[in-house]
Amino acid sequence: MTIELTATNASEIAAALLEERRRAGSPAMGLVLTFVVVTDERDHYDSLKVARTVSREHPSRILLVIRRSARTTANLDAELSIGGSGESVLLRTSGELAKHAESAVLPLLLPDSPVVVWWPGRPPDDPAGTALGQLAQRRITDSAAPARSRPEAMLTQARNYAPGNTDLAWTRLTPWRALLAAALDQYTARVHSAEVEGERGNPSADLLAAWLANRLHVPVGQKTSRGPGLTSVVMQTGGGPVQVYRPDGKLAQLRTPNAPDRPVALHRRDLAELLAEELRRLDPDEAYAEAVRHLARMADGGQEAEPAGQASTSSDSRRSSRSSRAGGRKPAARGSGTGSKRPPRKRT
Amino acid sequence: MSHPARPTAEPRTNPLRDPEDRRLPRIAGPCGLVIFGVTGDLSRKKVMPAIYDLANRGLLPPGFGLVGFARRDWATQDFEQIVHDSVRSHARTPFREEVWRQLAKGLRFVPGDFADDAAFEQLRETVEELDEVRGTGGNHAFYLAIPPKFFPQVVSQLDVHALAKPLAGSWRRVVVEKPFGHDLASAQELNEVISRVFPAESVFRIDHYLGKETVQNILALRFANQLFEPVWNSNYVDHVQITMAEDIGIGSRAGYYDGIGAARDVIQNHLMQLMALVAMEEPGSFDAQSLRIEKQKLLRSVALPDRLDESTSRGQYGPGWAGGVKVVGYLQEEDIPAGSATETFAALRLDVDTRRWAGVPFYLRTGKRLGRRVTEVAVVFKRAPHLPFSKTSTEELGQNALVVRIQPDEGVTVRFGAKIPGTAMELRDVNMDFAYGGTFVESSPEAYERLILDVLLGDPPLFPQLEEVELSWRILDPVLDFWASNGKPETYPSGGWGPQSSVDMLARDGRSWRRP
Repeated sequence: MTIELTATNASEIAAALLEERRRAGSPAMGLVLTFVVVTDERDHYDSLKVARTVSREHPSRILLVIRRSARTTANLDAELSIGGSGESVLLRTSGELAKHAESAVLPLLLPDSPVVVWWPGRPPDDPAGTALGQLAQRRITDSAAPARSRPEAMLTQARNYAPGNTDLAWTRLTPWRALLAAALDQYTARVHSAEVEGERGNPSADLLAAWLANRLHVPVGQKTSRGPGLTSVVMQTGGGPVQVYRPDGKLAQLRTPNAPDRPVALHRRDLAELLAEELRRLDPDEAYAEAVRHLARMADGGQEAEPAGQASTSSDSRRSSRSSRAGGRKPAARGSGTGSKRPPRKRT
Repeated sequence: MSHPARPTAEPRTNPLRDPEDRRLPRIAGPCGLVIFGVTGDLSRKKVMPAIYDLANRGLLPPGFGLVGFARRDWATQDFEQIVHDSVRSHARTPFREEVWRQLAKGLRFVPGDFADDAAFEQLRETVEELDEVRGTGGNHAFYLAIPPKFFPQVVSQLDVHALAKPLAGSWRRVVVEKPFGHDLASAQELNEVISRVFPAESVFRIDHYLGKETVQNILALRFANQLFEPVWNSNYVDHVQITMAEDIGIGSRAGYYDGIGAARDVIQNHLMQLMALVAMEEPGSFDAQSLRIEKQKLLRSVALPDRLDESTSRGQYGPGWAGGVKVVGYLQEEDIPAGSATETFAALRLDVDTRRWAGVPFYLRTGKRLGRRVTEVAVVFKRAPHLPFSKTSTEELGQNALVVRIQPDEGVTVRFGAKIPGTAMELRDVNMDFAYGGTFVESSPEAYERLILDVLLGDPPLFPQLEEVELSWRILDPVLDFWASNGKPETYPSGGWGPQSSVDMLARDGRSWRRP
């Protein structure tokens, strides 16, 4: 059931939602969060489809904010649909309203429940600083979404990190990180150095290198490959290399010095799976925070950190432990970025 | 944040593990699983699909080994086909070629009889070969998906062929399914057999109900909220009804079911465990030890009423119409002896001798060929002590109830009184519903996945221990004895809610069953 409202406002939309829910017969709502998706006319269909899939695991009210031309008069058109597991509202904002979409979103947020904003396309430089971002406790960006300069996009996110921010480039790493951690559970040797290999311009590769460098306190090199995505991670130990090698984006080989090579399924997950993982926990992700802080430090530390990944990036334990003392926890949601160390320059 | 994990401080801690990093899932260490009875329904429909799903979710260790043992003239390729088919038709997650390849490399099959020494010798060689080739590290679990009468033989074969004893730094575990005996004596006997070979902490008894998300949610509902626990006692609760109803008959399970019956099949394990979770005191923590202590305390304080004839009921379904389909009665089912006195419906009243529950009866019932398939726990509250309304206006008002719906339609219902819209002050009952959502079932791990993963991780909170099994037999045994020496079960029409005696049983207490 879809209802269209033209030249409308938030209270009309809220009234229509309520009426629809009553008409459906069950006033009870199992909705657990409001899921705001910021997109444009071209991508809105795909984004909505993904959001609805996610809503099956995390029943949500989906508010899809579509920005239209800012040059016309201010107008709000809405398209409501209820049913399945959740409800969705398309909010087409044009004219001046496109810059103030939060005014239409705020009255439609579910009472008490958490708010999550997702930018499926090019992420804003400072998600926590945007008006929509300030409504949310979880802000999901995707540094791999832009067609180019993805590592720069990742670095911008890293520099502007605020608690509650998260990036799908990080979510994509969970199976890799789980496997690497499990490998070191089993083979408990000290790691001397590590190397991450991935497709050119893959923001996840930078993030993984930063995470490894930060956790292991060893130099982590980076190499490019033909992909797809990440292709290999090697951790050098006294007994030999611990390696996860995935040439085809599907099946990986785990190599450890004391055991035979073993195949591990490590497929690349689709957007819905990534978002479902994101929505499982809505508190700030400390592990991500540390990884992006380290990524920003690596880039700002004077050492040549080529985000595109041609050259080796590395860090050592001395510097990372010093700067981790300097960069304390930030108090508020508004991103003061990486504190006083936030650099004025921006890569383009 | 500072970095407490310095590389030199503790060589054994894994620097990639961080308690703050809660995305990283628990992955079992290197290990393998040996299944006895791979051709049975349990293996094909539950165990093997669950293993695939675990692999698909990335929770199985790389190099996992799966060994099948059965009296079939199969090669490993044939076994591979069996596993493949079972995964294809019963797994809940999508089939992925690469996941299958990961699993398939670790598949082995050992043909043989349980009495066949050569076969067990071959099993040992296979397990050792897996350690060598797949790096399973000597860690193996033996899943006995076979009738309990074979347990003694298999367990002693495992012992004789040096399969049961782990080498230093590795583990061997054994997994058994219900029934855990058919009375206290047989349960103890069974345990005697197993514990001669495996230490108590290596024995995992699967009660798949405890792996269900909705059952675990009982603990969340009670102990994560402030709202319910204050009224969770005899001051406010009138009685508790625990129902597990099936709309199907016994199907092809005649061989297993006849002589066992509903009470042994369901009440002794599932319903008693549900009751323990609903009624126990708050555990100090959610580790296995604390949970077990609370459950045992509760089961120990359970008492049967004096008059078993008035507080129990049993029945056997007769022919009739169920859900619009004509069905046969229990005695007409295939392979059921004409004079069978096996009950297909059982209900009983239990009292709990604690301050919290004094005077609050727990009514447990289960049956086959009932009105519909439903499992639920209903906590029914006392009436308000004073109603400032006229008698006529509250005539339709029932008792408040909190219902935990275990399956299907997982969720929680709260039933309370509300005003009927209109100028007069008329009241009636309304439901407030929480549903876990339509696909809660799809996306969340199946009970067997959770339980198998817990076996491989060696994480025991969800597995009943011997003591709990014995305690529940201790409660049930007098009822079974009473029934055995007093007549036959009452026939009840298929498709209804059981025999008249179960209705009378509650009526004597001035109560009635909820229609679930």
